[in-house]
Amino acid sequence: MSVGAPLAHDSAAGHVLGSARYIDDLPTPAGTLHLAFGLSSIAHGTITRMDLSAVRAAPGVVAVLVATDLPYANDVAAAAADEPLLATGVVHYLGQPVFLVVADSHLAARRAARLGQIDYVELPAILTIDQALAAGSRYEGGPVVWANGDAGAAIAGAAHLVEGVFETGAQEHFYLEGQVALALPAEAGMVVQSSSQHPSEIQHKVAAALGYPFHAVRVEVRRMGGGFGGKESQGNALAVACAVGAKASGRACKMRYDRDDDMTITGKRHDFRIRYRAGFDAHGRILGVDFVHMVRCGWSQDLSLPVADRAMLHADNAYFIPAMRIESHRLRTHTQSATAFRGFGGPQGMAGIERVMEHAAHLLGIDALELRRRNFYTEAGGPSAPPHPPEDISLKQCTHYGQPVVDFELGALVDEIEKSADFEARRQEIAVWNSSNRTLKRGIALTPVKFGISFTLTHLNQAGALVQVYADGSVGLSHGGTEMGQGLHRKIGQVAAAAFGIDIEAVRVEATDTSKVPNTSATAASSGADLNGMAVKLACDTIRERIAAHIALVAGVGPPEVHFEGGQVFAGERAFSFAEAVASAYLARISLSATGFYATPELEWDRKAGRGRPFYYFAYGAAVSEVVIDTLSGENRILRADILHDVGASLNPAIDIGQIEGGYVQGAGWLTTEELVWNDAGRLLTHAPSTYKIPAASDRPRLFNVALWPGGNREATIHRSKAVGEPPLMLALSVHQALGAACAACGPNWPGLAAPATPEAVLAAVMRARGA
Amino acid sequence: MQITFLLNGETTQYSLSDASVTLLDWLREYRGLTGSKEACREGDCGACTVMLSDATGSRAINACITLMAQLHGKALRTVEGIGNSAAPHPVQQALIDQHGSQCGFCTPGIAVALAAAHLNGEHDHDAALAGNLCRCTGYAPIIRAAESAAAQPVPDCMHEDAKALAATALAQISSGGCGGADSPPAYLPENADDLAAWLLAQPSSTLVAGGTDLGLAVTKALKPLGEAVFLHRCADLQQVTTSADEIRIGAGVSIAQLLRAMAKPHPAFAALLKRFASPQIRAMATLGGNIANGSPIADAPPVLIALGARVHLRRGDVRRQVALEDFYLGYRKQDRTPGEFIEAVTIAARAPNLRAYKLSKRFDQDISTLCAAFNLSAKAGRISEARVAFGGMAAVPARARKLEAALIGQPLDDIAEGAVSLSLGEDFAPISDFRGSAAYRMQAAENLIIRYARDLAGEAVSVLEVAS
Repeated sequence: MSVGAPLAHDSAAGHVLGSARYIDDLPTPAGTLHLAFGLSSIAHGTITRMDLSAVRAAPGVVAVLVATDLPYANDVAAAAADEPLLATGVVHYLGQPVFLVVADSHLAARRAARLGQIDYVELPAILTIDQALAAGSRYEGGPVVWANGDAGAAIAGAAHLVEGVFETGAQEHFYLEGQVALALPAEAGMVVQSSSQHPSEIQHKVAAALGYPFHAVRVEVRRMGGGFGGKESQGNALAVACAVGAKASGRACKMRYDRDDDMTITGKRHDFRIRYRAGFDAHGRILGVDFVHMVRCGWSQDLSLPVADRAMLHADNAYFIPAMRIESHRLRTHTQSATAFRGFGGPQGMAGIERVMEHAAHLLGIDALELRRRNFYTEAGGPSAPPHPPEDISLKQCTHYGQPVVDFELGALVDEIEKSADFEARRQEIAVWNSSNRTLKRGIALTPVKFGISFTLTHLNQAGALVQVYADGSVGLSHGGTEMGQGLHRKIGQVAAAAFGIDIEAVRVEATDTSKVPNTSATAASSGADLNGMAVKLACDTIRERIAAHIALVAGVGPPEVHFEGGQVFAGERAFSFAEAVASAYLARISLSATGFYATPELEWDRKAGRGRPFYYFAYGAAVSEVVIDTLSGENRILRADILHDVGASLNPAIDIGQIEGGYVQGAGWLTTEELVWNDAGRLLTHAPSTYKIPAASDRPRLFNVALWPGGNREATIHRSKAVGEPPLMLALSVHQALGAACAACGPNWPGLAAPATPEAVLAAVMRARGA
Repeated sequence: MQITFLLNGETTQYSLSDASVTLLDWLREYRGLTGSKEACREGDCGACTVMLSDATGSRAINACITLMAQLHGKALRTVEGIGNSAAPHPVQQALIDQHGSQCGFCTPGIAVALAAAHLNGEHDHDAALAGNLCRCTGYAPIIRAAESAAAQPVPDCMHEDAKALAATALAQISSGGCGGADSPPAYLPENADDLAAWLLAQPSSTLVAGGTDLGLAVTKALKPLGEAVFLHRCADLQQVTTSADEIRIGAGVSIAQLLRAMAKPHPAFAALLKRFASPQIRAMATLGGNIANGSPIADAPPVLIALGARVHLRRGDVRRQVALEDFYLGYRKQDRTPGEFIEAVTIAARAPNLRAYKLSKRFDQDISTLCAAFNLSAKAGRISEARVAFGGMAAVPARARKLEAALIGQPLDDIAEGAVSLSLGEDFAPISDFRGSAAYRMQAAENLIIRYARDLAGEAVSVLEVAS
């Protein structure tokens, strides 16, 4: 059975040989034109004059477009229609596209795009959280407030008060393949190749820009060279620009951002300032928390509201908090529009409560792991416990938004990793080591993850599939998910192969195509395999039942006696190869294609009130990280990581472990070396890998032990698996906490290590710990 | 000018009409070899990694900032040339077996970088991959693949270039000089005399050594190269010679070659050079380029200054020398007249107390926030001579002369705990930028003096020395 097998990525051979094609690798028709944007050079201002004559006169330039040249919609926004393709009179951030160059080569377009002369009257630029708060520059009018119980009273009555501020930095996706699109004019329509996690949104935006109904635009996504959320909405501009250019010229148009342009134009992970006030009793039990989230959203709304919501939804992480108040300020700034990034606010929300735990442990003098345990949600009690609690569920199972936590397993999972990572002995050994090393200090920490699975915009939790069995027994299938490296197509192929009892090689997963499966949701929220896998299985089941009914007739048995296994169809005494059975069904005029459709059950969510069941289930994991710091320079390394993570019954353990390792390292980058810096004029100074440092090979933990938690999902997900895309990123909070522990080993005071923990931040924390 | 080289084993000629064309653009747009990817176009991610071979060996380089003229007389192998679906290279097969690719965009570059290291028998896989970024895997499966491929034999195709180069005498083929339709002219001198004569006549020419920084002027600033002189054929500039007192390093010596040459005489210098950019950059970048580029945060100059480096300049047949610290006149300003070029650098042959420390946000392939080099000599336990140089603390790499003066006469084994003020406040007033604040630079720089003392005393001072 292919489900559960550690099969290689379906494009692995193409990847290593260099033959897997990305959009910029596709052969293009003769006469293909190339596009580049001319960008705003200031953060906020009114355009008073645009002299584009030098742009038009530059070698190779075919056309130059400004907002008024656009024939239909000038809108590439994901949500609120507040994001024009080309600026309309006012620019809102440094790097905003103002005009579009169409030229006969990529380099000609890039060169010409720098020749625009634009005069502005500068307006005050709101760049920081403080400036936005002072100016009242925000989305949704005012803060979103969720309250559960009376947090103020709980904190006031508590034995211990823990308060502070923690800021989490922005993060650039740094997908290796930059944003790119290619539009090919078709008869009364447009075909678009886009490096996008959301082909349906590309379709909708292109259609609106061309004055077409959706059916006239076909969007195809074979693969992306990485996405991480950065291609959920940020590819819209390129696809629309190419489509507009292609319709106007009748020629194919391609656009790809140079890396510096990519980082200057596109959105990043939201940076947060989290203010916390928490009350603990004498035993370290949390009584109430008051969080204020200040979220820098950038110049357009994009996906900021659901991102900020998800941060609020993860403000509890693994802990039962009897009273909680969260105030979430969604601030509008004249910077890149912050967007989706793996975890989608979850990491920031979780960072807040884990900081509270770290700080409380320091203040109360209780071991941080012990403190965490004392506050865990009630354990669900093994995988055989009933999936739903009885009516009188204890309060200790309910989140601050009213969803009972019925599958909690971190008690057992943390016990297990504590043992397998030899946590206690290592902690003691490290304490001894630290006492005899004055220059270098080591630290170790264990942090848990509980991450909610489902889109919080409930209607997005749907997926479609189209499965086609050809007369030779080969299977081609399409589904709504996109492949960005996460191995989704391989997992889906395994689901289909299992449904028909055939070898994985007999199944081909086609490029994602809006003309095959319509109205798809973004491949996001870790939902790809959950939603599309189920839709594909349902389509396969339909076809299999048709074949089974036919073969039952042929063999003279009842349909239940027909089964599919090992590439064969068994019916009573008889056996057919799958191909024979299919050929026979074809001759009997039986339909061998089917659609499948799946909608996640049982979701109910009122985002205004912050109440309901936004998540179908939770994914869990825990990590132990060990680090070393240099107390003279702040330099630091991860020495070892141990991870135990729950992916339910894995569809493909190799791919799942890959997601866990990769997510952890990406999260570690966010919290250590990756620092985005803007200057006072709103210019992003770190706009290339020379200045923005994602982890390199030697930054990974030297010892890196990853294991999967046994058992299946309690909920009826695809083969009882669990989503894996985002949750492991947050395992890296253990890296930051281990660094904090190493800093704390330098002196008696609370080090309050900042994020990202650059050498500079670590050195500052060391000096705070010492009281210097 | 006609550029002749081997491309995946095939003799290839390229008529150089525009010296600014990059190898990556040529491969992808003119040859349809799209396996090599563009992800940064500045030599920082490795997605475009290809393998370049000549008589001195084979090495991974970045195609995105390599200019076509730099290929003349050499052999190039792209990802398409190291294996195919019928016979993948062992590292390619291992990457499949160990799940070493996810999105796959960095993978061809990683495969070539690992194949080059595999060919050269290098087993430090982290070092081999220091110039290749992957955003998906967290590197663990890639390293597992490298480990599992290590014992596999090198496939024949990887040896073909060396054989073909020897058989065809490709390296001797003339590029046809600078004449012809070239506009503006490009020139490939064969030795330092050629170069000196050319520069005397054309003093405004751009000198292209490794091109690892200059390439960015082409790919990022989009500036045409103009009149260009490519230095890679000047074998007489690529020599390292050692006498009793000094080591003479030709300006054209690559950082990779320098790293090997420094391993014995100056292991602290070699250790620093291991963190100089990436293998791909070190293979192309030259010591002369690192000096003449004039960056205040260049990695080599602080160590060179600590080693008493003298720069040997030449204009026509006139030669002079200047101490490296005096060569730097101000931010990106040097004591070098038009038509003059760096021929060599000489440094002390012995410096047992030399230590060099580079601080950056990331260990590999990063630019210094600051860099410090210490070279103290002692007589009877007291410091008799002090050369302490910093990068990143001023507009130029510079000596900390006040500190040096304060150290003279102090006990060597007690400088951190001794009576001397370790303040650098009189020597430097660093700036704040995105790499670090002025306060951090100052604090960390002063702390590095303490590190030096503890290092000399044999205490563990580097996080790289610690294992779990």
